[in-house]
Amino acid sequence: MATTNNIIVNALYDDDDILLAGVKQVREKGIEIQEVYTPFPVHGLDKAMGLKETRIAIAAFLYGVLGLTTAITMTYGMLIVDWPMNIGGKPSFTWGENMPAFVPIMFELTVFFAAHLMVWTFFFRNKIYPGCKAQNPDPRTTDDKFLMEVVATGNTEELMSLLKQTGAIEVSVNNAQHA
Amino acid sequence: MHYEAPIRKPLIEGDKSYHDITLDVVRPVESSAPRSWWIVFSLALVAFLWGVGCILYTIGVGIGTWGLNKTVGWAWDITNFVWWVGIGHAGTLISAVLLLFRQKWRMSINRSAEAMTIFSVIQAALFPGIHMGRIWLAYFVLPIPNQFGSLWVNFNSPLLWDVFAISTYFSVSVVFWYVGLIPDFAMIRDRAVKPVQKHIYRILSFGWGGKAKHWQRFEEVSLVLAGLATPLVLSVHTIVSMDFATSVIPGWHTTIFPPYFVAGAIFSGFAMVQTLLIIVRKVFSMEQYITIEHIEMMNIVIMLTGSIVGIAYITELFIAWYSGVEYEQYAFLNRATGPYWWAYWSMMTCNVFSPQFMWFKKLRTSIMFTFFISIIVNIGMWFERFVIIVTSLHRDYLPSSWSMFSPTFVDIGIFIGTIGFFFVLFLLYARTFPVIAQAELKTILKSSGDNYKKLQEKEDHGDH
Repeated sequence: MATTNNIIVNALYDDDDILLAGVKQVREKGIEIQEVYTPFPVHGLDKAMGLKETRIAIAAFLYGVLGLTTAITMTYGMLIVDWPMNIGGKPSFTWGENMPAFVPIMFELTVFFAAHLMVWTFFFRNKIYPGCKAQNPDPRTTDDKFLMEVVATGNTEELMSLLKQTGAIEVSVNNAQHA
Repeated sequence: MHYEAPIRKPLIEGDKSYHDITLDVVRPVESSAPRSWWIVFSLALVAFLWGVGCILYTIGVGIGTWGLNKTVGWAWDITNFVWWVGIGHAGTLISAVLLLFRQKWRMSINRSAEAMTIFSVIQAALFPGIHMGRIWLAYFVLPIPNQFGSLWVNFNSPLLWDVFAISTYFSVSVVFWYVGLIPDFAMIRDRAVKPVQKHIYRILSFGWGGKAKHWQRFEEVSLVLAGLATPLVLSVHTIVSMDFATSVIPGWHTTIFPPYFVAGAIFSGFAMVQTLLIIVRKVFSMEQYITIEHIEMMNIVIMLTGSIVGIAYITELFIAWYSGVEYEQYAFLNRATGPYWWAYWSMMTCNVFSPQFMWFKKLRTSIMFTFFISIIVNIGMWFERFVIIVTSLHRDYLPSSWSMFSPTFVDIGIFIGTIGFFFVLFLLYARTFPVIAQAELKTILKSSGDNYKKLQEKEDHGDH
């Protein structure tokens, strides 16, 4: 979200339920929440923030189809077209006849492609990679604190007192901008 | 939202807060290793180095250094291979199958169980590698044309299926494990004070910050990986069993093998998880996270799978008789009463008889007894593979070529070496990795924590 020109207010919570209620209250007021950092997945937070559902499972399915296609192409090209072999009398004239023997390979490659490419997508979409700078502004948010970043479009003071009312233990104006 | 039926026992004991979980998980990483760790580590390292020596000797001189002969061409190596792969299965079962079934008790044991999976699959993969004899030609198993022409690998062969199954299983397990580790590494990173440590955990944690969208994807990825890993883990031991079942050796050529091997794998794997976790909870004082409840649950799985294995043994015997095939009948008669009777009856005692003690609540909630049985089961499952492999081979169709197998010091050395290697890896892991999936565990604190459950109970009574 391109909100770099706005002032960001940080509200720190020490309980997931209070945070969740706080998120709902802030959103009801029509105030935009830029990001929420939590030490563990808080159930219902994505819905409360109005986040869209992730499509990564659909991606995984497509990767699986790709893996299956790779396996079919590979077995067909290598053992039917290029170098058919008579092994234990298993019919090698057409791929269809030889297919039962290829099921394990087809299955394994489906799983291989789906799992690995999905995880790569996960890393890529989250922009996380080895050596990446810590994305959380406050190191306490990987322990037991919950941080909500709110975009202050109107009166900052008013917003800060509202956040205090929702049960935040610390409210401060964020000076350091980060992605 | 955090409600859980009062009848369910708490999974986190003691008066814990989120911060307490952090402290308890990070303690082994932030403190220096106790003397006992160094002693065990040194022993494991010596065993590992001895194994490396034996492996190098094998590679240098050849497979002739093993006790194999013309009749028994597969023995300890494949026994060890199947044994180690089987042990690995429990980790995936705990992290994937129990995730799909929404079993909360998996959360404090899945990390270590998966570490065990990965480390034992490494041991397993060693054996086919060195059994090739010329390990530098190991790339022949990959689907590339060999240098004598465009001859490809044989996709009809169960041995090649095994290559694909094991490598997929290993790599997917590593990825599944690592995705779960990222938030926990981030926690250690954010606490680290020493610059070198901070730098290392910064690299390992991939910069994870716990953004809401990232957690949403994280949970979806975990679920899909669990969905993929569940059929995968079942396929791996199925394919391992096909190495035997698709051959025409009496005692191997049976359709019961895939389910029977998978049950046996879960059985031995859970036994190894018990062995490791009983030590881990004691050494790292994690009794409040890995509770008697967890141990009891795992003992029930051991009892169930042990009984399935027992039924499989009896079914094998029945079918051998019922088939009317003389060779098949002899193979089983020979197993039970032939020169390897002691191996067969060790297997029967350890795998079928010993888990039946778990019907008694007193025994399955006893730490000492569980530890004892877990060792017995591991021995029993090693014997199972030995019985299947060696007793089926040693008396083949030609009585003139009947023989016995006796391991050389190299066979024994490599086996001991893999046990050493396994413990070297596990001990290093236990000191540098978060041994409990703390981020995940924090999600169940309010529903399954002892203090929160008591609070809930009080509220319930207040309502009446």
